[in-house]
Amino acid sequence: MSSTATTLEHAAPPQSGPRSLIQRLRHGDEVAHLLTLVFAALILLLTSMLVYELWVNSHLSRSKFGWMFFFTRVWDPIFDNFGAAPFIYGTLVTSIVSLVIAVPLGLAAAIFLSELAPRKISDTISFLIDLLAAVPSVIYGLLGIFVVVPLMRTEIGPHLVKWFGHVPYLSVLFKPPNYGVGFLTAGIVLAIMVVPFIISVSREVLLTVPREQREAALALGATRWESTWKVVVPWARTGIMGSVFLALARALGETMAVTMVIGNDPKIAASLFAPGYTIAAVIANEFTEATGDLYLSALIELGLVLFFITFILNGLARILIVATERGGGQPA
Amino acid sequence: MKKTLLVVSLLVCLAAAAGAQSNPVLLNAAGATFPYPMYSKWFDVYHQQHPNIQINYQSIGSGGGIRQVLAGTVDFGASDGPMTDDQIKEFKDKRGVDILHFPTVLGADVPTYNIEGVRGELNFTQKALAGIFLGTITKWNDPLIASANPGVKLPSSEIVVVHRSDGSGTTYVWTDFLSKISEEWKSKVGKGTSVNWPVGLGGKGNEGVAGLIKQTPNSFGYVELIYAIQNTMPYGKVENASGKFVKADLAGVTAAAASTANNMPDDFRVSITNASGATVYPVSSFTWLLIPSKISDAAKRDAIKGFLQWMLNDGQNATEALAYARLPKPVIAKELKAIALVQ
Repeated sequence: MSSTATTLEHAAPPQSGPRSLIQRLRHGDEVAHLLTLVFAALILLLTSMLVYELWVNSHLSRSKFGWMFFFTRVWDPIFDNFGAAPFIYGTLVTSIVSLVIAVPLGLAAAIFLSELAPRKISDTISFLIDLLAAVPSVIYGLLGIFVVVPLMRTEIGPHLVKWFGHVPYLSVLFKPPNYGVGFLTAGIVLAIMVVPFIISVSREVLLTVPREQREAALALGATRWESTWKVVVPWARTGIMGSVFLALARALGETMAVTMVIGNDPKIAASLFAPGYTIAAVIANEFTEATGDLYLSALIELGLVLFFITFILNGLARILIVATERGGGQPA
Repeated sequence: MKKTLLVVSLLVCLAAAAGAQSNPVLLNAAGATFPYPMYSKWFDVYHQQHPNIQINYQSIGSGGGIRQVLAGTVDFGASDGPMTDDQIKEFKDKRGVDILHFPTVLGADVPTYNIEGVRGELNFTQKALAGIFLGTITKWNDPLIASANPGVKLPSSEIVVVHRSDGSGTTYVWTDFLSKISEEWKSKVGKGTSVNWPVGLGGKGNEGVAGLIKQTPNSFGYVELIYAIQNTMPYGKVENASGKFVKADLAGVTAAAASTANNMPDDFRVSITNASGATVYPVSSFTWLLIPSKISDAAKRDAIKGFLQWMLNDGQNATEALAYARLPKPVIAKELKAIALVQ
């Protein structure tokens, strides 16, 4: 039952042997065990209650639309016809765009801060990054409206069209009209929001890589960069991936900043300049004024869908982490 | 000694009974956000005049207001759109009494735009407005827009339509107007606080729409009149049912309400968009309080009736300071009579 650590700790008193409940309580073992168990169980309870509530309250919509809910492209509160397809698409596209931008940026910054920068600079910058992570999302939304949207319309967008407008396949992604608001703008704002998470967590993880690993690599004749890229980063990749999935979770569920810059138009378009909509944004926009029972139920079902998307992606993340652990990296 | 004690305790009892008369009355209400500044001012002034009556109002949106009324979690509700027949029936089934609508103030929507090289007010015909929002008119120099604006050099650029993304009474009024002027809009899109827009970008709140319009060249959208006035935004004239182009102001909105006063239904659930009359501004609407016809708590009932009485008389004088249009006199007279229905 007791692990080596606990036997060692409690072996000290001479009258060791089976301890009474009182004794165990006094030592705090049982109390700690119970308390932590209760708190852990609370998480389980909370999650299952959330799913239960969403499931029960979305009954009307589920029974009316069935699986078609996932494929219908119409969202019409007047004629009571609801489909989640444009919202699922928007949620996934904005999240992917944000990760495509944020992961290389965040990882590179984390490597610089942990491996290359002098300690003082590294600590100062990380402090600022932690501050960034605490900025409310509406502030990022304002940043989006006043800075990113005009830049997208007058600078970034036209350049992207110039560079990629004639490249096969890529030209589809950058097809005008470009209003300034849309998938790409939302993705960029999300990237700005999640990059602090990636940097902060990745840096911490990289700093925990034992010094011996680096020294061993250098001793074998590796350059500084080789030791970082081929030894330190692989060692830390489980943690780095964890930071990416933390970022993804934030991107999937972000509401305020996205609704301010995405254009709020439930359409599926290949162009990243096109306006779109996300699940979290439509719930926030329409929930307060939704009067019909079916309408409300459809919005709640959207919440359920978002929950399952998060659930599935987290599951995939676990599998990925387990797989990479097997293929080397940090020993368990 | 004992006698005095008895007398004292009797007196205390009596005082307590008398005190019950002026016990604090706490009313809870929830609903529309559009009249919230007005309501909050009214409830505050009324509380100062009647310190024992306190009204808590939560501006959670018209839809939320109707839901809370149906659930019976508030003493009264407020909405920018009247309750539907189904909702009224649901209320009657659940509570066994009717729900009454009391108009309080008036609001209006105005068309606003940002066109490169165009300063000054544009005229919008009803056909042009419907066409732009249906997506059949896509360029600014379309003859349907240009013909109403002689002398204005309109560009050939695409019109970027902007609408509200959040469910809103403002959208209800705008789509109600479009439904009245265009059969196609009525059958394809309909009216409501959120609709399936054929074209356009969505902005969150009046400020979201205004922000998008300010930033996007050649854009067009609608905001609340009060918002446009307070933020000194330029806005255009709209053609009314008599074919006149009217620029929205408080008098024009009140005129729209007055023109329907004579055939006002007894339950006050009336749409005043596209009302007839030369001075009428056509994209106007009432906003309503939703009050149950039977309130069992006598103190609450008297407080609500007292407030309605005051709101229709003194209260109306405070409207224009906050840029709301006041109710026309015939409507007030009819409402004063209707207060007796609350029992």
